[in-house]
Amino acid sequence: MEQIIFYILALIMIVFAIASVTSKKMLRSVIYLLFVLCGIAGIYFLIDYNFLAAIQLTVYAGGIIVLIIFSVVLVHHIEMELELAKKSKQILVGLACLVGLGIFLTTIYAHPFNVVENSVTTSTEDIGFGLLSYETGGFILPFEVISVLLLASMIGAIVIAKGKKLTDKNDTTL
Amino acid sequence: MIAGISIYEILTVTSILFFIGVYGFITRKNLISILMSVELILNASIINFVVINKYLYPDMLQGVFFSIFIIAVAAAETALAISIIINLYRQIASVEVKDTEIMKY
Repeated sequence: MEQIIFYILALIMIVFAIASVTSKKMLRSVIYLLFVLCGIAGIYFLIDYNFLAAIQLTVYAGGIIVLIIFSVVLVHHIEMELELAKKSKQILVGLACLVGLGIFLTTIYAHPFNVVENSVTTSTEDIGFGLLSYETGGFILPFEVISVLLLASMIGAIVIAKGKKLTDKNDTTL
Repeated sequence: MIAGISIYEILTVTSILFFIGVYGFITRKNLISILMSVELILNASIINFVVINKYLYPDMLQGVFFSIFIIAVAAAETALAISIIINLYRQIASVEVKDTEIMKY
């Protein structure tokens, strides 16, 4: 049963990822990306990391995709067709990617992973305690640093997106 | 871990996703499409972190923590990139890569 679900998810992800990078219509390729991200959340559910799947659905499918859709709608006409790369370039890049994929897969299949058979479930509590513990192996410092980084990037995004108008207006009024 | 699925199959799927992202990154000519390809690449690597944690070291949670940090950094990066793209559109009325040749006004 889980096997079948995994194969269906993998098929959906690969097909929609290819559709997302080759589609000519901008908004459609964003929606295809949304399907890929939902498939990835499905994989997290399958390997029993429910918290990560929830994060994936809220941050990626809920936040980033909506942000991208907003910017697409602000910047393009909805029906605008993207210009595609030249056929020769497409084939060349496709071949290069296939070669890279071949190297990856030969390396992966040559490496003996010593897989531990297990059915451990991770609760959100464990993740919270791990993130906030300041003992050895705890992640309190990166957690705080990432919160500062998020704050800084939010302020930076507002300042950049406001553009020149903000500073000009302030200069004249002051 | 997923019953009946070996780690090799999941790593194969994520490698394919990664290279689809690389393909899109190189062939697309629109800044927003390039950003979407970067999201694909990041997501493929996050699955690798999580799957290797689950299959090889099930008692630890390091892979989960690192993937949470990657997701946070990706969200920050997307917000900044989109604000830069919108600002750029205001200045030169285009988001094509070939039109963006001036870095500072």
